[in-house]
Amino acid sequence: MTGVVGAVLEAWDELRVHKVRVLLALVGVAVAVCAITAISAAGEMLRQVSAEQNDRWNGRAATLQVSAWPTGEGGSVMPAPEEYERVFDEVVERYDVSYSSMLRNAPAPVRFPDGTREVYTTGVDVDWATMHRFEVASGRWFVDGDEDRLAPALVVNEAFLDALGGVPVAEHPTVTIGGDNPVVATVVGAFPNDWPDAEPQAYVLVSAQSAWVTPESLEMTGPPTLELWVPDALAEDLVAAIQRDVAGALSGVEANVYRSDAASYSVVDGAIRWVVLGVSVIALLLGGLGLVNIALVTVRYRIREIGIRRSFGASSGRIFFSVMMESVVATTVAGVLGVTVAVVALHNVPLDALMGSAVQDAPGFPFSAAVTGMLAAVGIGALAGLLPALVAVRVKVIDAIRY
Amino acid sequence: MSLLELSGVARSVLLPDDRELEILRGIDLTVAAGEHVSIVGRSGTGKSTLLNILGLLDTPTAGEYLLDGVPIGRLSGRARARRRGTDFGFVFQQFNLLQGRTALENVVAPLLYARGRQFWQRRTLAAEMLERVGLGDRLDTRPEKLSGGEQQRVAIARALVRVPRVILADEPTGALDVDTGSEVMDLLDTIARENGSALIAITHDLAVASRAARQFRLADGVLAPIAISARSAGSLAALEATSGDGLMPGTGGAGPYGPGAHDDTAPHALEAGDDQAEHVARPLVASHGSSPRTGDAA
Repeated sequence: MTGVVGAVLEAWDELRVHKVRVLLALVGVAVAVCAITAISAAGEMLRQVSAEQNDRWNGRAATLQVSAWPTGEGGSVMPAPEEYERVFDEVVERYDVSYSSMLRNAPAPVRFPDGTREVYTTGVDVDWATMHRFEVASGRWFVDGDEDRLAPALVVNEAFLDALGGVPVAEHPTVTIGGDNPVVATVVGAFPNDWPDAEPQAYVLVSAQSAWVTPESLEMTGPPTLELWVPDALAEDLVAAIQRDVAGALSGVEANVYRSDAASYSVVDGAIRWVVLGVSVIALLLGGLGLVNIALVTVRYRIREIGIRRSFGASSGRIFFSVMMESVVATTVAGVLGVTVAVVALHNVPLDALMGSAVQDAPGFPFSAAVTGMLAAVGIGALAGLLPALVAVRVKVIDAIRY
Repeated sequence: MSLLELSGVARSVLLPDDRELEILRGIDLTVAAGEHVSIVGRSGTGKSTLLNILGLLDTPTAGEYLLDGVPIGRLSGRARARRRGTDFGFVFQQFNLLQGRTALENVVAPLLYARGRQFWQRRTLAAEMLERVGLGDRLDTRPEKLSGGEQQRVAIARALVRVPRVILADEPTGALDVDTGSEVMDLLDTIARENGSALIAITHDLAVASRAARQFRLADGVLAPIAISARSAGSLAALEATSGDGLMPGTGGAGPYGPGAHDDTAPHALEAGDDQAEHVARPLVASHGSSPRTGDAA
């Protein structure tokens, strides 16, 4: 116990006495640690942001997109919406999928106070929010009972609310949608704009969408699709099976099932990770080399001191440990500095601007990145201290005292 | 049982041309607890080598060295280091203070290798020891701001702070003027006596050597007891020059603090002023010739 504490105190004392030399040696290490921490943290944060966006746009792992377009061969026409609904329900039931949602984009004439505007409404099922990690900023998402409402429920973006005159969701603003057979819809929830100057946008339950969907609009936006959130391990098998089932159930269509979530692009993600890691390790090794260089020169300069310490009763093991600890303590201090600078720097990075869109859950500084930085600092300290420690142990005590 | 006992200890090194250089030959020495012993000899006679062997910094190539009756050859390197830290305190000619550290930090340094109370209360113990050597008001002063005498006092405090059983002083006054050297030796004598530590000093200075209960001369690697009186003065070289071929043989047994200090049967050392053989002793061991020394073996 006292041996370890003594060695650490000795190392700290050595650093304190030679602080200028140590500082110079550690600048490289601190910068490298800062870089490795910042790069790894930034990568982690961007991955998190990117995952959030990917989940929002493409669904969570593993999300399967099922579509069935008419081939046009032999005069085939688009099956009726009810047909799609029936076939999709069969798929969900057959494979016992817990989370699924139909998806249908349809333009709708919305009567705002300043006039009627064409607004893209996205028809979804209740599960869609869970599948896409979608959260409203105010109000609520759809619930099962909303299908029975006479006035369809809407979840709209801020631009939509602004167009309505800025009425808060809590006041249950209503809006008239549709041309010949208009319906009055009630805004139940709102979410932030995806980007500045976003156009009004609204989510609505697929079942309620039929009030303003016309065959013409379907021709324009295409048939509804089905999203399934399935276990990652089963995704590949399900793609083939569902494709076969849908193609068999709907005549004259080309069934297409594919995986849309970001995890399917993990190969690219992995490559970026390795590149980032490689650059960081090289930066750290360069910093460590500088430290080894200065530490070796210092040991030569301190030969007499090492001899004196041997006369105090320091064993060769203790000398080895002490010299190595000097390096480790130094790089640990540099590591703390580097990680702190990285935390401060990344804390002030405008992720919104960096990602080009609003980030709902701005990720905090990843703890794993700080741990990585500190481990790298301690590791490079131990590595850089190894050679000087070996040199120090090989010093002949008698020569050292007479040095 | 003696504290230290050397029997036929020899130390030799292999030269680059494969010749063997004998630095020490057949050294027999016994030191009891609390005894004061001095060893004189010219440069290159192996004094420092002997001190290094005594202090477990070096090992003999032949002979036996018993520490508390235990052959040091049986001790592992780690055990030797531990015994070096607990049993020996070193005082060097050039002080060998750690640069950049204050007087207090220098005295604390050996306590970093101690255990228990000595480790955890190291700053208090170091401050007390500096107080004892009269530097209580210079705790935070760095060595470069201290005079030579003050630096040596810090070195003495550092050597004694772990209350060693043996103080090994290598030319403790070599870098000091006569008056300061005398003060430093007074201090070393006093604290060593108070602590009950044995003091083994190697020196060129006969006045310093004469303080010891037993005196020895090391010449050509051979240790021989001599007697130097308290009235001796001048350097060893001057004494040898006036005395011709050597110093007066002594007993290596009696002195103010050593065994037989009040033993009337112990042979008396000659004193300064004795024209017949002033302070001069011939080595007990026959001359080993004057083979040229190729280096400073000490």
